[in-house]
Amino acid sequence: MTDWLGPEEWRAVALSLKVAFWATVLSLPLALWVAHVLARRDFPGKQVLNGLVHLPLILPPVVTGYLLLRAFGTQGPVGALLDRVGMPVAFHWTGAALAAAVMAFPLMVRAIRLSIEAVDPRLEAAAATLGASRAWIFVTITLPMALPGIIAGAILAFAKAMGEFGATITFVSNIPGQTQTVPSAIYAFLQVPGGEASAWRLVIVSICVAMGALILSEWLARRAAHRLRGA
Amino acid sequence: MSVTVRLQHQLPGFALDVEFEAPAGVTVLFGRSGAGKTTIVNAVAGLIRPHAGRIVCDGTVLFDSGAGVCVPSARRRVGYVFQDARLFPHMTVRQNLLYGRWFAPRGSDAAPLDRIVEMLGIGHLLTRRPAGLSGGETQRVAIGRALLSDPQIILADEPLAALDDARKAEILPYFERLRDEVAVPILYVSHAAAEVARLATTVITLEAGRVIRQGAAAEVLGDPGATPLGVRAAGAMIEAVVGAHHADGLSSLRAEGAVLLLPRVPQPEGSPLRVWIAAQDVMLATQEPQGISALNVLPVTVQALRQGDGPGVMVQLGFGKARLLARITRRSAMAMQLIPGAQIFAVLKAVSVAPDAIGDGHTPTAGTSRAP
Repeated sequence: MTDWLGPEEWRAVALSLKVAFWATVLSLPLALWVAHVLARRDFPGKQVLNGLVHLPLILPPVVTGYLLLRAFGTQGPVGALLDRVGMPVAFHWTGAALAAAVMAFPLMVRAIRLSIEAVDPRLEAAAATLGASRAWIFVTITLPMALPGIIAGAILAFAKAMGEFGATITFVSNIPGQTQTVPSAIYAFLQVPGGEASAWRLVIVSICVAMGALILSEWLARRAAHRLRGA
Repeated sequence: MSVTVRLQHQLPGFALDVEFEAPAGVTVLFGRSGAGKTTIVNAVAGLIRPHAGRIVCDGTVLFDSGAGVCVPSARRRVGYVFQDARLFPHMTVRQNLLYGRWFAPRGSDAAPLDRIVEMLGIGHLLTRRPAGLSGGETQRVAIGRALLSDPQIILADEPLAALDDARKAEILPYFERLRDEVAVPILYVSHAAAEVARLATTVITLEAGRVIRQGAAAEVLGDPGATPLGVRAAGAMIEAVVGAHHADGLSSLRAEGAVLLLPRVPQPEGSPLRVWIAAQDVMLATQEPQGISALNVLPVTVQALRQGDGPGVMVQLGFGKARLLARITRRSAMAMQLIPGAQIFAVLKAVSVAPDAIGDGHTPTAGTSRAP
């Protein structure tokens, strides 16, 4: 595999996997919380929260990237603070992960929210009468029953994070080995004469990762659903 | 131990406004579908928040709109048996049973798992998942799960309504055992008169969100003015003792000095029984009838008559302290010149009493232990 891919291409693939992995893992708890709140609670401002979560899905990615740059860049309020505590994000792979997480977040929340809404609230009420607090109900009833959707949401988010381009290139640019993910690398290869072959190899890698993610999520979700049905 | 409930709540179509006390034993909320029974139970469980009222369980205030108290469901320590069981599908039967135990206070004196499992006969199901259980098994596990959470009150919302007759007959005895063996009050929702007659210590009849009658089971069921399901479903409950079993398939029961002959009952001689007798099955005669097939002819006194809107009259009859209801036509009542105090005869065919209308009698002295 490493022979087939050139070192620059391999770096892009490895970086994309790293970026997508951390983007997914770190945004999952927040997505679970937001999805649960949107699915089960009623409060003033719910539509505003819903809108904010979905904004990156609808906004042009370059706008999201620019906003991230203003907030998290070295001159930005949050970026300066993170820089001081030794966690730079601007023009750094962590920034690529942040951009990917923000862009994938709506997809993850949507999938998880739908699966939480499908959990019978009467079961949650039964758990409450048996003494379970809200947090315990979530952990012991809602979460396991929504597991297939959570898995699907996480894998969908991973695939989206792998392919994120617009916000990433705007926010953290296209630095080989640092912020050059697979889509950025394909774009870069297409800009130089003779880069076509490299671009093709990365296209094939992208297709394989996407298909692999889909098949894995189907299989995991089916297994989880089967376990839920019992027998 | 008792529960006092006073609540007002607006429901679509009518306002719920009730006040009652449920002492130890089974208190049945009895009425048609939509009378507000389930709403009351859900309010006690904390699953809905009533607009106003006060709910006190064994001295603990669970809800008081005046004082702004509303204890969350999880801390009310209710054992709720739902009509649809609501077992957790992703857990085994054992995990379902022990779910409430996790959250019960440390050092609580809930009955041990083995005992509940044995009492409900579900030992062979422990490793199975709810999806593979029959209706009766599912409901038995649901009862066990509620008991094992060490509840201060047991709530049962028509736990038999989703079951067929054979399954009902399978589950009802467990509730009879609970009534006699558990000291915590049981609030039981039902719209089946025979079920009420077999289980209830106290009956609260509800109509469109109001309490019509409340009191001891025999008294409320034998009241011609309280027929929440309509006259066709009315009937009275008699407490009797098994006298003897006969070779021809009959059993004789003693009640208030009278003897009733009924199809053979499974209980041994000397055991207390409850028998529900439908008002439609009781025939009246002014003179003792001769040469008829009906085996039971009881001398009774007319206590009260209640005329409905239709052609029928509900007649309350007494022998000793027992009460019977008979539903006859107004024309017959006039022809027989029935008035309160009249001495007449009630005629009952032995075979008209169905097996599911006969249950174990209440032995209140047994209900002293905390745990089942």
